Amino acid sequence: MSSGDGASQSSSKKSKKPRYSRFTQQELPACKPILTPGLVISTFIFIGITFIPIGLSSLSASEAVVEIVDRYDVDCISANANDQEAAHMQRVGYIQDARTNKTCTRNLIVPKKMKKPIFVYYQLDDFYQNHRRYVKSRSDEQYKSPESEQKTKTCEPEAFSDDRKPIVPCGLIAWSLFNDTYAISRNGNSIPINKKDIAWNSDKTHKFGSNVYPKNFQTRGLIGGAKLNESIPLSEQEDLLVWMRTAALPSFRKLYGRIETDLEANEKITVVIENNYNTYSFDGKKKLVISTTTWIGGKNDFLGKIYIIVGGICLLLALAFILVYLFKPRPLGDPAYLSWNKDPASY
Amino acid sequence: MAGGRRKGIHFSRLYSFSCLKYKLGLEHSQIGEKGYSRVVYCNEPDKPEQLQLRYRSNYVSTTKYTALNFLPKALFEQFRRVANIYFLVVACVSFSPLAPYSATSILAPLVVVIGATMAKEALEDWRRRRQDIEANNRKVKVYDKSNTFKDTRCKNLRVGDLVKVYKDEYFPADLLLISSSYEDGICYVETTNLDGETNLKVKHAVDVTSSLHDDNDYKKFKAIIKCEDPNEDLYSFIGTIWYDGLQYPLSLQQILLRDSKLRNTEYVYGVVVFTGHDTKVLQNATDPPSKRSKIERKMDKIVYILFSLLISVSFMGSFFFGIATKDDIHDGKVQRWYLQPEHTTIFYDPKRAALAAFFHFLTALMLYGYLIPISLYVSIEMVKVLQGIFINQDQDMYYEETDNPAHARTSNLNEELGQVDTILSDKTGTLTCNSMDFVKCSIAGTAYGHGVTDVERALAQRNADVQHNIANLSSNIQMSTDDITDLGKSKKGFNFKDDRIMNGGWVNEPHADLIQKFFRVLALCHTAIPEVDEETGEIDYEAESPDEAAFVIAAKELGFEFFERSQTSISLHELDYGKGRKTDRSYELLHVLEFSSARKRMSVIVKNAENQLLLLSKGADSAMFERLSRKAKDFEAKTKEHIRRYAEAGLRTLVVACRELSEDEFRSWEEEFLNAKASVNADRGALMDAATDKIEKDLILLGATAVEDKLQKGVPECINKLANAGIKIWVITGDKMETAINIGYACGLLRENMEQIVITLDSPDIIELEKQGDKDDIMKASSESITNQIRKGRSQLCSSEGSSISFGLIIDGKSLSFVLGTDQEGAFLDLAVCCASVICCRSTPKQKALVTRLVKKGCGKTTLAIGDGANDVGMLQEADIGVGISGVEGMQAAMSSDFTVAQFRFLERLLLVHGHWCYRRISMMNIAFGFTLFWFEARAAFSGQPAYNDWYMSFYNVFFTSLPVIALGVFDQDVSARLCLKHPQLYEEGVHDILFSWPRILGWMLNGIISSMIIFFFTTNSIVHQAFRRDGSVVDFEVLGVLMYTCVVWTVNCQMALSINYFTWIQHFFIWGSIAFWYIFLVIYGSFSPVISTTAFQVLAEACAPSPFYWLATLVVVVSTLLPYILYRTLQVEFDPMIHDKIQRSRLEGSGVESSGDLSIQHSRTIGSVKDKSRYQDTLLVKQ
Repeated sequence: MSSGDGASQSSSKKSKKPRYSRFTQQELPACKPILTPGLVISTFIFIGITFIPIGLSSLSASEAVVEIVDRYDVDCISANANDQEAAHMQRVGYIQDARTNKTCTRNLIVPKKMKKPIFVYYQLDDFYQNHRRYVKSRSDEQYKSPESEQKTKTCEPEAFSDDRKPIVPCGLIAWSLFNDTYAISRNGNSIPINKKDIAWNSDKTHKFGSNVYPKNFQTRGLIGGAKLNESIPLSEQEDLLVWMRTAALPSFRKLYGRIETDLEANEKITVVIENNYNTYSFDGKKKLVISTTTWIGGKNDFLGKIYIIVGGICLLLALAFILVYLFKPRPLGDPAYLSWNKDPASY
Repeated sequence: MAGGRRKGIHFSRLYSFSCLKYKLGLEHSQIGEKGYSRVVYCNEPDKPEQLQLRYRSNYVSTTKYTALNFLPKALFEQFRRVANIYFLVVACVSFSPLAPYSATSILAPLVVVIGATMAKEALEDWRRRRQDIEANNRKVKVYDKSNTFKDTRCKNLRVGDLVKVYKDEYFPADLLLISSSYEDGICYVETTNLDGETNLKVKHAVDVTSSLHDDNDYKKFKAIIKCEDPNEDLYSFIGTIWYDGLQYPLSLQQILLRDSKLRNTEYVYGVVVFTGHDTKVLQNATDPPSKRSKIERKMDKIVYILFSLLISVSFMGSFFFGIATKDDIHDGKVQRWYLQPEHTTIFYDPKRAALAAFFHFLTALMLYGYLIPISLYVSIEMVKVLQGIFINQDQDMYYEETDNPAHARTSNLNEELGQVDTILSDKTGTLTCNSMDFVKCSIAGTAYGHGVTDVERALAQRNADVQHNIANLSSNIQMSTDDITDLGKSKKGFNFKDDRIMNGGWVNEPHADLIQKFFRVLALCHTAIPEVDEETGEIDYEAESPDEAAFVIAAKELGFEFFERSQTSISLHELDYGKGRKTDRSYELLHVLEFSSARKRMSVIVKNAENQLLLLSKGADSAMFERLSRKAKDFEAKTKEHIRRYAEAGLRTLVVACRELSEDEFRSWEEEFLNAKASVNADRGALMDAATDKIEKDLILLGATAVEDKLQKGVPECINKLANAGIKIWVITGDKMETAINIGYACGLLRENMEQIVITLDSPDIIELEKQGDKDDIMKASSESITNQIRKGRSQLCSSEGSSISFGLIIDGKSLSFVLGTDQEGAFLDLAVCCASVICCRSTPKQKALVTRLVKKGCGKTTLAIGDGANDVGMLQEADIGVGISGVEGMQAAMSSDFTVAQFRFLERLLLVHGHWCYRRISMMNIAFGFTLFWFEARAAFSGQPAYNDWYMSFYNVFFTSLPVIALGVFDQDVSARLCLKHPQLYEEGVHDILFSWPRILGWMLNGIISSMIIFFFTTNSIVHQAFRRDGSVVDFEVLGVLMYTCVVWTVNCQMALSINYFTWIQHFFIWGSIAFWYIFLVIYGSFSPVISTTAFQVLAEACAPSPFYWLATLVVVVSTLLPYILYRTLQVEFDPMIHDKIQRSRLEGSGVESSGDLSIQHSRTIGSVKDKSRYQDTLLVKQ
């Protein structure tokens, strides 16, 4: 340090002496946090007292959500075979038969008052929308502009129709578009389901072109899911847009539409389902979900519980540490016990 | 020419041994045969015959690469790393449909990483190249066609060129000495760069050419040299020169080797014989061994562990994938129809599920490839380079006197500095200054000189108060040393204080005549040359060794000023004690019988103005006492006693004696001697020895001199600190045992309360055997004796087990040669490691290297070698870390070292501060990297589809996490430099490798796995399938990816923040900056067209940011991943604190510690402690 002043430096111009700066001498002002008991206890207490209220409020938000979940895939196709294998075969045969009437009526009771907007979802279980082959089978370029119609390389095996014309929209995802429909009525009066604005805004404005129209879609022998109206551009096919946003997990919900009226508690609503979509081949499940939302979103207690648990653990730990210090202050790690600190004068 | 010329000095006549004439011997008959085919046409480098031989140019290149081969060679080097190979393979496969990511996103980081490393290589090579260019472009005077000497670049030198080299210049190639500024063609050469010997060597031109003194003499100079082919033997040269139609033999005497230096000679003429890589010194050059630090080697193992983890994870994944794929077509029925398994490629074909599973395995290897830290190496290298810069910049390791800062020459080994277990140190130039001070003398049985040596001071202090606080003691020593050096500065080499004989006072002493003779011997019996400064009239001396210079200076200071040397005479300004005034006296120099290590003495025969013939001698006590006259034994006993006392005080002693010769005796002896000198028999050496023995006898004792080999500043304190840090120190020196032990005491390696175990072959019976000369017997007896001594040492150790006695082991070189390379090695090592300090004396450079290897291999601990001379090069290269002392002697040691410091004492700071920090930093960083990669395990739940966008992944290591890690690696410090020095015990963490031990590494990995599980399960469970926003939108693949990734980035950076002990704005900037950068990146990347940004399109701006759920989930996940680590650290700090925890704690609790006990630190840092106090207050403020 004493050698750090500039006087000696200026005398010899070409001195190789390192220049003094707090940076190069590694003496920058710094705070050196140490895990002292006080710091640890106050941190834990702080986490505890902030997390528990957050947990409670998100839990109550989640509780406030009214949700009706109805699994209809099994009940809508009654199989009278005894053993499961045979029932399975029966159902698959039924769903794959284009001629059968697949209409199915479900009666549901509203458990609590549901305030508008009420969201209608379909939920698929054991459907691997996140399978690599599936996820990759799309062409964002094609969906965006009509000039890129031929860019279907990534869409295999749904790239070209049987007469070698490009399919728009191409790919397995579009091909397997969900095609069940729901019609909801209350006391015989139908409740309109608003299917506008169910897709992400950016999808409509940027990802899918407003001048790209479906072509050669579902024309091959093998028909996957829904057909598309060829006169409506992709950017307005909101069902498709919702479907094209692939789910992360094999069990997922997708927005079907919104109900713009309140539903009263204990009201009976009737849903007429066109049960077209084949989940029977792979033993998947289909559910209809009618739900309200709060600021936290839909119904899931997990987040709130985790907040409460983590907060609780922190408080407990803080308490434990406080007890330790009350009864056994500074055990073991006392620097006064260090061999080189035995000289009391240094304190 | 004539101005600087020392006309008329014929040293060849005086140098009895060095300037022997050679006759054509047997070996010369080999000339022209295989191995002896080189032909040099002197002064005719353009002659067609010469050009035809195509000898190499003098261009020297030490670079690893050339412009042409850089790319392939550097790439090859890069891909020798396992991790890089893996990534190369992955990058190749990524172009196939197997790849889970796009090819560019895989290639980009690889290119960045490899590019960065190659850039570093290129930079280092460029530096080497610049050094080469400097060496190659050194100016050399070459004789050209216009018959003058013109400046040419060194690299343009050709075989056969005639060059002129001036005083203190290095020889540009291996030259044949033609003539010198001295009449008889001798010159002095310093070969420190070649063999580490500091004394000057005499070279002697062939007689026939030595008369060519003038530039003009070379107009018609033609000669042909035929000699051996290039080889690496520094100590032999065989050749002949054809001159004027006659053949003359050439030997090493005529060869001036490249990189040695011309001394004490105005200039020489020489002919280039070997150029460039043919020169002996470059033939000797070995590629410096590339050293890798232990942590780096351990890192390789970590990479292997990660590899096996990767493979097992991939295997599991592909196993389940195979099953799922097989089930896609069940009894001919399609199951997951939306995948169209019936129209599939090989990769998903249910009918060939096994094959599909195999391909999936390859995909998975890539998918989880982020387990292998690609940027790990490059970040570590960056960190190390930056750490190296900090070492270079440390002001506290700057040495004002030689203007030398510390320098990290390789950055590979920084953290190794924190793990040194054993230091092997050279003595001369490292522990001592290699400057000799004349401090005492004993004349006629009276001891003169009051000067107190370092050793005496240390001994006195130790005796006075053993229990006394070492800190105070050392600072006292420090102060008094400073006094001495201040006083002594005016007269270098002279530190003698005694009023009885100074300033002419000796005239009144009882034995004034003897005192006069004594100093006359010192003034005359030497080979030094006076250099008179024209302006000031001050006289400097150029001597072969610093001892000799010290004697001449002492004589000068006491009134016998040697001022001129001519061909045959030495002139002194002398104080005449009869008249009491100064007179000039001239002595005719008749013979110089030089010093050699075998003779251990030196004599001159002079004739004074009164025509008295005098033989003046000085030499080692063992050689001199047996040559004393039997009659003059007056004060022999007293002198012996004084010599013993001087030796105890760590001084080098020489006995001074003289004798008057009668004219007849001299004449008859001279005849015999000249005959012996001229004889060509094989036993010429013996004849000459016999002749000199005849004259060097019946000497009259005058007294003894004592010269102090000064310890470097701060050495004892530094050694004390290092010992406290648990570092073992071995001194390996070429000095004799007594000196070495003295120095051992002086620098605190040996203490009074230590027991010494001495292993030596100087026992009477061995000496007896040696006299008989039967080699086998000697071997057998010696090795037996050593076995016994080692066994005895062990039993000594065993018997004192449990008591607090520590041991010092001293072994001499002869014994070492019986230990090294035999089955005694193990036993010796066992003994040595149990001793607190080990001193090896009389050891050769090769033994130094062998001992180093023994310690390194035997203990498996990190060794550090420190030395200054070329003789330490082997040791420096052998050790894990080589530290060179820069600035004093030749640069050879510095060039082959990994770090250079100007003084030994800086080692303390280098090790305790920088070593400790670097070690901590590097280990923290590796660990941080190691565990961060485990997050990606979360993706195991997916079927080969990555959860994250390709570019998130690519940027993961490069931007989101590596910058804070680098900041951590470069800037973190657990405790301040001052406290590091104050608590050397802290260093033991490194020696025992606590921070980077396997349990800790595995602990971190476990922590990583737990964190990744928390992140994955908490996020997926909290967001199963419900809406995550008020508008009812559900979470898709993209949002979940972003959410998880956000948690990862936060967690990693916060974990790092928790590990950091030292927050400056840099750390804050990088850690919080990295997190901020993630969000900024998302916004920017998301605003690109969806074709480019794919799944990241508008994801933060549109989907995540408006959702409170996203932020709440991030918060809870991050806090819960950090909890286990906080808890672990808290418990550890409380119940099982590590040393640095304790010190941090004590720093926080008692600010009183700050200001006390600073004395032990050399640079008392009052400012530092003030700063620390304010820092401490800052800390408090932050907390409140």
